[in-house]
Amino acid sequence: MTDTQELKEKVSWVTDDAMEKLARRHRSERRFKRLGLSAIVIALVMLATLLVSIIGRGYTAFIQTTITLDVTFSEAIIDPKGARDHKTLKAASYRTLIREALRKEFPDVSTRKDLRALFGLISKGAVQEFRDLVISDPDLIGTTSSVELTASDDIDMFSKGYISRNVSEEDRRVKDIEIKWFDQLQSNNAIQTVFNKRFFTGGDSREPEVAGIMGALVGSLYTLLITFIISFPIGLMSAIYLEEFAPKNKITVLIEVNINNLAAVPSIVYGLLGVALFLNVAHMPRSAPLVGGLTLALMTLPTIIIAARASIRAVPDSIRNAALALGASKQQSVFHHVLPLSMPGILTGTIIGLSQALGETAPLLMIGMVAFIVDIPGGVTDPATVLPVQIFLWADSPERAFVEKTSGAIIVLLGFLVFMNAIAVLLRKKFERRW
Amino acid sequence: MSILPLIILLLAMCATGYWYGSKKALSAPLPVRYLSSGNPHQFGLFVVVWGVLPPAMLFILWLVFSFLPIDADGSIAQQIDKVVFPALIMLGAAAGLYMAIREINPKLRVRKSLERCVYAALLLASTLSVFTTVGIVLSLLFETIQFFEKVPYSEFFLALDWSPQTAMRADQVGSSGSFGAVPLFTGTMLITFIAMIVAVPLGLMSAIYMTEYASRRFRATVKPILEILAGIPTVVYGFFAALTVGVFFRDVGTAIGLDVVTESALAAGVVMGMMIIPFISSLSDDVIMAVPQNLRDASYGLGATKSETVLKVIIPAALPGIVGAILLAMSRAIGETMIVVMAAGFAANLTANPLEAVTTVTVQIVGLLVGDQEFDSAKTLAAFALALTLFVITLCLNVIALLVVRKYREKYD
Repeated sequence: MTDTQELKEKVSWVTDDAMEKLARRHRSERRFKRLGLSAIVIALVMLATLLVSIIGRGYTAFIQTTITLDVTFSEAIIDPKGARDHKTLKAASYRTLIREALRKEFPDVSTRKDLRALFGLISKGAVQEFRDLVISDPDLIGTTSSVELTASDDIDMFSKGYISRNVSEEDRRVKDIEIKWFDQLQSNNAIQTVFNKRFFTGGDSREPEVAGIMGALVGSLYTLLITFIISFPIGLMSAIYLEEFAPKNKITVLIEVNINNLAAVPSIVYGLLGVALFLNVAHMPRSAPLVGGLTLALMTLPTIIIAARASIRAVPDSIRNAALALGASKQQSVFHHVLPLSMPGILTGTIIGLSQALGETAPLLMIGMVAFIVDIPGGVTDPATVLPVQIFLWADSPERAFVEKTSGAIIVLLGFLVFMNAIAVLLRKKFERRW
Repeated sequence: MSILPLIILLLAMCATGYWYGSKKALSAPLPVRYLSSGNPHQFGLFVVVWGVLPPAMLFILWLVFSFLPIDADGSIAQQIDKVVFPALIMLGAAAGLYMAIREINPKLRVRKSLERCVYAALLLASTLSVFTTVGIVLSLLFETIQFFEKVPYSEFFLALDWSPQTAMRADQVGSSGSFGAVPLFTGTMLITFIAMIVAVPLGLMSAIYMTEYASRRFRATVKPILEILAGIPTVVYGFFAALTVGVFFRDVGTAIGLDVVTESALAAGVVMGMMIIPFISSLSDDVIMAVPQNLRDASYGLGATKSETVLKVIIPAALPGIVGAILLAMSRAIGETMIVVMAAGFAANLTANPLEAVTTVTVQIVGLLVGDQEFDSAKTLAAFALALTLFVITLCLNVIALLVVRKYREKYD
């Protein structure tokens, strides 16, 4: 305070008023700075909420509840004639075996209604697992062994704690009697949680507990492959032309403006273009990765062109001039010198464009990649779905267990995106050159 | 008709052509070879180009032919399709290869002609983007014209009632759907408005903090993390909006005695704003960085604090760029589909209340086109009319934004 007083004596204009005003200005300065920081913090909190809510919901999709039962592989049911051929084994009624095993485990259940509930403990998809087991090892027939069977989605949800015991019975998907059986099985150590392999290897299904993302992953792969094959060469070529060869005239300006606008066209409009061009005019197969890939290629093209042009422009003229001075033609200077130097940047832009295409949903809804498809696609013309569309489809399903699967699929999708972007960042870091 | 064997055969022919062409170039006597303007590799490529070009041309002709509506002589058309064109393509390739190989002599300027081909290819590739735009406009326009033959302009742009369900049978009750798109436009505007209210202050303030206050290290860590928001697929945002944010707003509403629906415009708008934050922040980051340092220095020299400099010097100087960024962000919000499809309603509500469910243009396009549909009903055509409207609006916003930004750049360059 003494400093201020000395100042006051020296220069008369430092009045209390002025000091007060200065303090006020500094206060508002601090407030403004805090405002800026809190904007960033709010945005980060939003991001954290998003990630936490999805990972918190989804990590349980990677584990699966199973019920271990002592199953008698009765020859009378599987293969009464003793033929042991593939056809008989495939057609046998494995459901009966599972039901027999459940009856043996709970002998006191008798009414029809209770029995149906009891059989409902085991997933409908378990029959398939069972069949594969017997076909792969026919020697099991006639023996009794304990088999791990996938539990139904309600039991799975209950075991993971998503369905509370405290809710009244009418509001609960799992009834009291089922909880009693569950507890009994648990006390016998028959309930286990294992890694959910099916989630990564299976196709889509109406039963949440056996639904997997493999079909969607393969569909995404094919779609992305088509997108890359079409958009990368064409994008690269047009970037080279516009940056190195195009004469500066009205047509070039038109092309440039046009590309900038295309980059901002809503993705759903590309979907409609795909419908009109590839489905209605060219009669390509609906729901196929081929059409999806072509549509996404048109959408990705501007991104790639813009990134590639920036990268080519960053190569200094001295490189071009040096090549020309040594007798190279214009094209040799471009293809032998400029292009290799700008390749890291171009690839980075391409990867970012492709990761956008990987997460894109709306245009693919338009061209019919929303069908329910169980089989894993075997080629680019097979009907398929892609990972984001699978997420959309599962998010629409009413079963509680699909919420978990949706979040699990989102985690996988985000994992792929992180992976692709990490590659892009690495490429940039490793090869980036400052001229 | 399988194309694969044809392509394999063609490739084999070209490979032979390449091998033979380069061998022929090498077989010339040594002194002549040194005088030649190209190397054997280029001679080989020259032959390949001549082997590929004629079949490619014929193939395009074939594609055009197969899309032509020829239905009078089905069998003849099929004969042409199955036999004549494959044969023609093979003949064209053979003729091209033969001509090229005969042409080869050391004096031939192969590099020149190869470069001409490359130039043509580059030019062709760069026009594709123009064709994409033309394709978009044409495909939307044709269907839209058909739509307006069935539904008058005045109804689409002015009527307040949207219920596009047309009946299968003519005598069914309520068989004529009504196509008043005003509720869709207002719904889109409402959600976009909410998104901008969230995104503009947050994005702008974080850009200001990043450029003017943050240390280099803070900027280097936080900026990429914020950019993650831009990289998350929209379907993920949709799921988040529908399941977390929508439910949260409903619960908060119930707690304070408000009636908030789960599919409220508020939830969709807030999540959309969240998605747009990095878009606005990185664009305005660029324009704020582009404001010359001497303007800042002058302001500090006059005794202004940092915040006064930002508010009274930098923002006014960067305003055109910031406006451009906001316009671009708006066009993105208007065209955004998945968030609203998953988190906003399907029923067309004419309301300005953010706590109610509204529908948007993009939601209706998805609703009308997903699933089985016949392609000339007014219902399907309406989707194209909506898409054309969407395309025109976003195009206008983008063009204005680009012009504003360009004008601004010129000022400081």
